[in-house]
This record gives sequence, structure tokens and C-alpha cells, in this order.
Amino acid sequence: MSRPEHQAPPEIYYNDEEARKYTSNTRIQSVQADLTYRALELLNLPENEPAFLLDIGCGSGLSGEILDEEGHMWIGMDISPSMLRDLFLQDVGQGMGFRPGTFDGAISISVLQWLCNADHSSHNPKSRLTRFFSTLYSSLRRGARAVFQFYPENDHQCELIMNAAMRCGFEGGLVIDYPNSKKAKKYFLCLFAGQIPIEDGKPKMPKALGVDGEDEPNTIIYSSQRIQERQRTKGKQRKSIKEKDWVMHKKEVARMKGTKSVPLDSKYTARKRKPKF
Amino acid sequence: MRLIVHNMLQCHVKGCDSNNFPLQLSDVELEIHEIEYNHEFLQSLLTKLDWKAFVATAEQIGITSLPQTFPEEIDEDFLKKLHRILFETHIVEGKMICSNCSHEYPIRDGIPNMLLNEEELE
Repeated sequence: MSRPEHQAPPEIYYNDEEARKYTSNTRIQSVQADLTYRALELLNLPENEPAFLLDIGCGSGLSGEILDEEGHMWIGMDISPSMLRDLFLQDVGQGMGFRPGTFDGAISISVLQWLCNADHSSHNPKSRLTRFFSTLYSSLRRGARAVFQFYPENDHQCELIMNAAMRCGFEGGLVIDYPNSKKAKKYFLCLFAGQIPIEDGKPKMPKALGVDGEDEPNTIIYSSQRIQERQRTKGKQRKSIKEKDWVMHKKEVARMKGTKSVPLDSKYTARKRKPKF
Repeated sequence: MRLIVHNMLQCHVKGCDSNNFPLQLSDVELEIHEIEYNHEFLQSLLTKLDWKAFVATAEQIGITSLPQTFPEEIDEDFLKKLHRILFETHIVEGKMICSNCSHEYPIRDGIPNMLLNEEELE
């Protein structure tokens, strides 16, 4: 499937039609919710304290609803007017105008890859990323974290994004959940804006899920009967096709045809030979 | 857009980095949407609020009942009033103007448009 950011710029791609999918499709909703919960976990906010968060690329506010539930206050921004509820119309590549030290954290679900595109002749991905990260850095409180879930197209894109972030003063790195899985593999860019001095020195990078061969969560219920059948019989020994009945039938047919060299039936018919060694 | 959000905003035109906060409001239309009062939350946000800018902005939209300096002692009534102004007063239509570079950010249907023109990024 082609990547949406190759088809059109975000403000055009996420039109009313596409935005409606996000509010009506339960599959999209559950994926978005999972990503948001995971991003919140990575943010590592102090427990039971309401925080002031920034949601970059908030869309129609799916992730915001979860932030509300968790008791946080948030401000959202998006470039596509169709996706907005009561928030900001903003191109994050142009930087953000927030007072320094405003936010306790920032999350962003599936946005960064859009910034690597040049949708206008005047766009330069590198300078847009730099402007984005530098304004974000200043709007975060010291010691705050920013977590970005994104779908990098290739290693080069990953590197471009990481370099831009590091150059703006962020520390941190990539957390890759379920790195060995095709479907469940998710990239989270975890950034620290400065740090509060703590005893054990540097803030620790959070641990990725599914690294030590943990199973990926199987949340999808397949509707196709064949696939369900396959999952049910997985692991069980299948019955061999060439059973005794089948062999006997073949011999019977051969005798009726008059084939001469049909062996006699015995208790050894259709038995497997023992392994020689 | 609520006033608490306005208090966080500054102009982000490239090179405009002094006297760019707060943005001046003009031609505003207001609406009140009531939400639940959350004492803890209001307290934690008060530390982030720039009081001087907040009072100045409130005056621009016709709220003159706020003291010029943050009062030493605060009671429940005062907090309730703040809650009303900060969280429940929405700016639905109007524009925000930067007092330094005079860029205009329009507000339509309660959504501020923070997009810039290309030449303002150079």
C-alpha cells in the first residue's frame, strides 16, 4: 500500500472524508488509542498529578479524549481544518508560538513522517524539522519529555529526524516496540528537553516492548472462517493423506484394472518403515 | 479559544522575538461554555500564568474586575471567578495582533489560525 504522505500534503489528504474514518472506524480508533496509551506510558509523568500537555497533530481529538480521561489538560494543533475540534490551525514545520516552559510534556501520533516531505517548492524538510524541534524545545519545561510515534519510511529518514532533534538540544533516542514483528512494530522517538539533576545521573531510556521474544498482542479478531480454522488447528498434528484406507483403495482400483504387480495385503500394508539408524 | 490558551501564545514569526507577548486581541466575540470546576488543576496552572499579561488581555475584552497584582491571599470566590474567565470564556471570532511585527492571527469558529506566510519564515 502506498504511504499517505506520498499522495498529497496533509491538509489535503485529511479531508472530510478521511477525517470521518477516524471518528467512525473502530479499528482505527483502537489502534490510535493503543498508541496514545503507550505514548503516555513513555512520557513517564508523575502519577496523580494533572499535567499540561501538547498534542501535535491532534486530528479530530481521538488521543485528546484519552488525555482527558487520564485527567490531563491539553492543547492540540493540526494543519488540517477537517480534523479539528476546538484547537489550533498550525503547520508545525513553521514552528510553534508558545511561551517558554509552558508544557509538562508533548505527544504526537503519526506526524513526524509528514514533516519529511516537501509539499511546496519553498519547503525544505531539514529546516522545517529544525524549526519544529527548536520551538518545541523552548516551549517545554526543563526535564519534560516529548514522545513521537511515527512511521519512518527508511533508515535515512530516521536519521534525518534524530539529527534535527539532537541539534536542537534534545536528548534521547528511539524506542522500537516489537522489533521482530511486521505488524506490531512501532517506532517511538523519546526526547528529553534538558534534565532535572537526579541522583543516578542521566534519565534512563524507557524499555521497548517485545524485545526478549515476548509475543505481540493479538488483538485482531479475524472475520474470515478459514483463518479462524487455521488458528484453531495450529500446532495439532494433521492426519496424513496416505492412510491405510487410501492405500487399500488404490490397490483395489489397480487390481480391477488388471495391473499385474499389485502386492498382497498384509498387516504391514501402508505402514511406515522404521528409520534405519 | 480560551484565555488560558491565549496566555501561552506568543508571535512566532521568524526574527520577531522581543515584545511578542501577549498578542493583542481585537474585534472579539465571546461565548461562555461551562465546565466542571477543578481546584487542583487551577492551582497548578496559576504558577504558569503570566498575571500581568492576563490582566491586560482581560481588559481588552472588557473584563476589568481583576486586580493589577496577584493577591497575596486567595479565597474560593476569587478562584471561581478565575475559573470563569480562564476556562469558560471562549473567544469565538476575532483576531490576535502581535504588538511587535503586527502580524494578524485570525480566530474563526473558536480556532486560531497560526499559519504563517512563506516570506515570514525567512
